[in-house]
Amino acid sequence: MDRETPEHLLKTKRGEPVTMLEAISEALFEEMTRDDSVFLMGEDIGVYGGAFKVTRDFLAHFGENRVIDTPIAEGGFTGAAAGAAHMGLRPVVEIQFMDFISPAYDVITNYIATSNYRGAGPMPLVIRGPVGGGNRGGPFHSQNVEMAFFHTPGLKIVYPSTAKDAKGLLKASIRDDNPVIFEEHKGLYRAPALREVLPDEDYIVPLGQARTVREGTDLTIVTYGAMVHKSVDAAETLESEDGVSVEIIDLRTLLPLDEDAIVQSVKKTNKLLVVHEDTRTGGIAGEIAIRVSEKAFEWLDGPILRVTAIDAPVPYSGSLEDYFLPQTDDVVKAARYLAAY
Amino acid sequence: MSDSTYGLGRTELHDLYHALCLTRAAEERLELLQKQGHVTGGLYRSLGQEAGAVGAAYALRRRNDGSGDMLCHTIRAAGALFLFGGELIDFFRQYMAKGTSPTRGREANVHWFDFEKGFVGPVSPLGTMIEIMAGMTLSFRLKDEERIGIVFYGDGASSTGAWHEGLNFAAVQRCPMILMVENNQWAFSTPTSKNTRVSSFTDKGPGYGIGAESVDGTDVLAVFDAVRRAAALVRSGEGTRMVELKYFRRKGHAQHDPQDYVDPEVIRMREKKDPVDLYRARLLDNDWASEEELVAIEHETFEVCRVAAEAAIAEPYPDGLDAVTDVYTDLTTPHPWTRGDSPDPTLA
Repeated sequence: MDRETPEHLLKTKRGEPVTMLEAISEALFEEMTRDDSVFLMGEDIGVYGGAFKVTRDFLAHFGENRVIDTPIAEGGFTGAAAGAAHMGLRPVVEIQFMDFISPAYDVITNYIATSNYRGAGPMPLVIRGPVGGGNRGGPFHSQNVEMAFFHTPGLKIVYPSTAKDAKGLLKASIRDDNPVIFEEHKGLYRAPALREVLPDEDYIVPLGQARTVREGTDLTIVTYGAMVHKSVDAAETLESEDGVSVEIIDLRTLLPLDEDAIVQSVKKTNKLLVVHEDTRTGGIAGEIAIRVSEKAFEWLDGPILRVTAIDAPVPYSGSLEDYFLPQTDDVVKAARYLAAY
Repeated sequence: MSDSTYGLGRTELHDLYHALCLTRAAEERLELLQKQGHVTGGLYRSLGQEAGAVGAAYALRRRNDGSGDMLCHTIRAAGALFLFGGELIDFFRQYMAKGTSPTRGREANVHWFDFEKGFVGPVSPLGTMIEIMAGMTLSFRLKDEERIGIVFYGDGASSTGAWHEGLNFAAVQRCPMILMVENNQWAFSTPTSKNTRVSSFTDKGPGYGIGAESVDGTDVLAVFDAVRRAAALVRSGEGTRMVELKYFRRKGHAQHDPQDYVDPEVIRMREKKDPVDLYRARLLDNDWASEEELVAIEHETFEVCRVAAEAAIAEPYPDGLDAVTDVYTDLTTPHPWTRGDSPDPTLA
């Protein structure tokens, strides 16, 4: 393509800060430019540029064979993406809101995740879309979907918390030969505090590697996504008000889970708090707790605790949703309890 | 009746008979293997349906280099799998769960893949394969390749949401694919009347804006002709089409199904519409083959099945340790610590 890159996708080139959403757009644009086999499918991604405008101007640049507006049929186009992946293409499908991924659950879990194991070869496919609450979206536009897929061997699950990670992780996901579910917290998409200047170079963030957001000595918070930022806020409060030193691990990739990073940190701080925005029962905290029990039981100086959303559908009204979601104060309170244990 | 050969020469007419006999001989051999304890999973017969898979596959471009048409077969379309180059011994290895099978024992029966030869094994909820083939054939259109795809599924799969979503997507995107609905009138024990209100599955075509045709699935030449015509239209850019194969499942869903929900008299009547017998008589009546030639084909197909099955019997089962490999292309799945040498999970 000799068409010019749309202006709004040149911010990193110009050394300007970008939002997480812009970082995701840049990742898609750069990967499509780098590799002709990468193409996009999804609802309203072409003419409209996507419900959140992640693919704005992509259709004009890449043409309708690489930016495909689909029928409203997540199962249909996700399955079609799998077929195209068999034939050597690298599809990236957008689920308009990840709440709507459920019609594709059959093809993802039965077909896509098992492909390599069944001898059908690699399945280079990314399924990405917005997740998460706090936007008054109600029960059908606010869910986190990671744990619906966490139990399915063969999938990878990625959930970035920063613009830099989002770009590098999405690029790594597109280049990965395994199917990746890529969750983008819509509350982070345009958050001003997350704007940052990205390296003006082709970089990836490898899948499966957690990041130490903040070093500390008294307790470890393992978290991901939007809760990374609430945890950082809580850690600063604890530091200034209580003199408690909190280490924060951002998982970045949920599957495969970076067990080493978690265990190493627990062996250092001897206390673990897991914070996730997803609901409580069957949340990732349970898996992390059992792994720490297996690998670092002797190092623990307190119970493993968790701060999560409550076990309910995501409510619409602000007062309800704020109560439903884990808040910074919840993290402070739980960490304070654990520090004193 | 003055029969048309649909432009096929004597050798090709014999090929079709060979493929029909091979399908039947392979499945009869499976029954024997199951009685001997070599087949541990389910066993599914296509008795009465062999001509549908054979006639359709014969109408397509079959290559060995990844440039031909793409097939998604079903358990009752083994004849198509063989015509696309699926090896007989692999068929037996798959059923017998051998470590030497194409899926190294991970998957059963016809569930295997060869993208060079051009076939993709199904996932058991068959309607899903419409979505997969839609994407495969979409890639042909995007890459401007002159290839098409054909996907088999049953009357039952036509009721799934995946069938609808896949077909609708394919129709909109003009994916070059043929949907082959194997209407054998039974989805396990559920009759077609409890799966759909339409009397012919071709009635569903117009709802998606695609052309559809119904054909007697026991007539191998009629199937060949219908699919060849459909393939020409699909290849020329018309997009997706549907062909319905009408026939009757003369065995239970699987060997474990006694089929006691079907009137035995109906099954006996249907024996008169046996696709192998019908085609055999036609070959002789039209003097397209001699009795000796047909007997030779029958003996040969019986013999290759016997030899392949015996070879497969002698082969090893997979090592259980192989259960952890290939879950991902690039990650290692750990063995359980209780299966290893470590006495302590914290060290494993």
